[in-house]
Amino acid sequence: MNKMIMILGAASVGKTAVIKWLVPFLKEENLNPCLCKIDCLYTEDSKVYQSLQVPYVVGLSEDICPDHFLVSNLCELWDWKEKKDCDTLIIETAGLCNRCCPATENTISICVLDATASTHSAKKLGPMVTMSDIIVLTKIDMVSQAEREILIWSLEKLNPTAKIFPVDGLVGYGVESLGRCILSEPAVKTYEEDLLRHTMPSGVCSYCIGEKRVGSAYQQGIVGKIDFQKENAL
Amino acid sequence: MIKNIRILPGTNKDGIKENFSYIDFNIGELYTIVGNTGSGKSRLIKDLEQLVNKDSVTGRTVLIDGKAPSFDVRGETSKHLIAHLGQNMRFVLDKTVGEFLLLHGKCRGIETPDISAIIQVANEITPEAISETMNLNTLSGGQTRALMIADISCICNSPIVLIDEIENAGIDKTKALHLLLDSNKLVLIVTHDLHTALMSEQRIIMENGGVKTIVNRTREEKTLFEELNRAYQSRLKLQNSMRKGESLA
Repeated sequence: MNKMIMILGAASVGKTAVIKWLVPFLKEENLNPCLCKIDCLYTEDSKVYQSLQVPYVVGLSEDICPDHFLVSNLCELWDWKEKKDCDTLIIETAGLCNRCCPATENTISICVLDATASTHSAKKLGPMVTMSDIIVLTKIDMVSQAEREILIWSLEKLNPTAKIFPVDGLVGYGVESLGRCILSEPAVKTYEEDLLRHTMPSGVCSYCIGEKRVGSAYQQGIVGKIDFQKENAL
Repeated sequence: MIKNIRILPGTNKDGIKENFSYIDFNIGELYTIVGNTGSGKSRLIKDLEQLVNKDSVTGRTVLIDGKAPSFDVRGETSKHLIAHLGQNMRFVLDKTVGEFLLLHGKCRGIETPDISAIIQVANEITPEAISETMNLNTLSGGQTRALMIADISCICNSPIVLIDEIENAGIDKTKALHLLLDSNKLVLIVTHDLHTALMSEQRIIMENGGVKTIVNRTREEKTLFEELNRAYQSRLKLQNSMRKGESLA
């Protein structure tokens, strides 16, 4: 029963808090999870991971986009999971920039949103929200019941097929329902020929490869410019 | 229509099982929850709202008419049955008062809620008037709670109402409760206030994260309540005079 779970979300929304409660639940259900945390420069999450007593690995992407870095390492991560004799690989992404969505067809894609931040901005989140199997709404203790209902209702419009779970990451409420949903998702056999759910942003410009100088003369490759004809248009 | 909600015991902060076999709450009754700050009053209310099934920090179970709702339908069930006024003193939603009420009405299947009527209800319990075009984020603590109470009363219309402190933010408690109490509803109020606590026939005493005991109101206590009620009314008059800048004695 092999599964790959991707926990997607912006910085500080509570991805690690969800994992902290989810892993003990999965272990209690006799699964063998292992964890991977992707970050850019530094991560403190390994302290939490250590306390969960499961195999974990940290991937620091350094100068590369962390989401591209993650996708480039998916097959290697799957092999590592096999080597560790685990059945469930949980990957926590770095805080996404809202344009990339490293989820693939074969992953169980879980998008984590902060209830206090998302009431206005859910539409800005793009493929991460619209393409996820599951949406977890954290910090629900911080908003009123009415606001929570409005938030869930608007997320259902953005992604009608996703299952939505309100979670209080401080005390773990809601994680059991989330865990049961994960258990009911189909398993996968292999990561050969898996596909990204959504394209990554197109890139490769001078700045991607280390240019520091500002100005059109130094910009080569795929370069986008603001359309000033549209001033005050929005 | 549901008739009863039952709580099965969980554990207190020390992991010791709560000392009751079950507590029943019946539709049409008012219950109060009292105890020191940090004793677990709000947690009890949240357990009820979330219809927990051993998956909260307390490990309690909530049954509706004897049955635990399944994990899949819990959110929907809670939404239909329960209105919860938490301790929130602020909205985080970035919308106007009118947009909020319209959206929440739609969420609850009311396509065209009577927005001005709801705002009028809110303005009965807060002296500084709210208007439709105000941004939710700019409302004061009292205005926020007044709007939440009006929303619960007019839009939610749920058979179970959970109130985590009604006295907050200087709103008119009597008028607010009048909007929320209904003979067909089950109402639970968390309170530190003696007068509010004695409104109910049964009060639940919390300690160290667990239910300590349940106390039934005696006949003498009911007389005490009536005394307190008179005192409360005269206090309220004085409070209003104070706010107007009048001399109080």
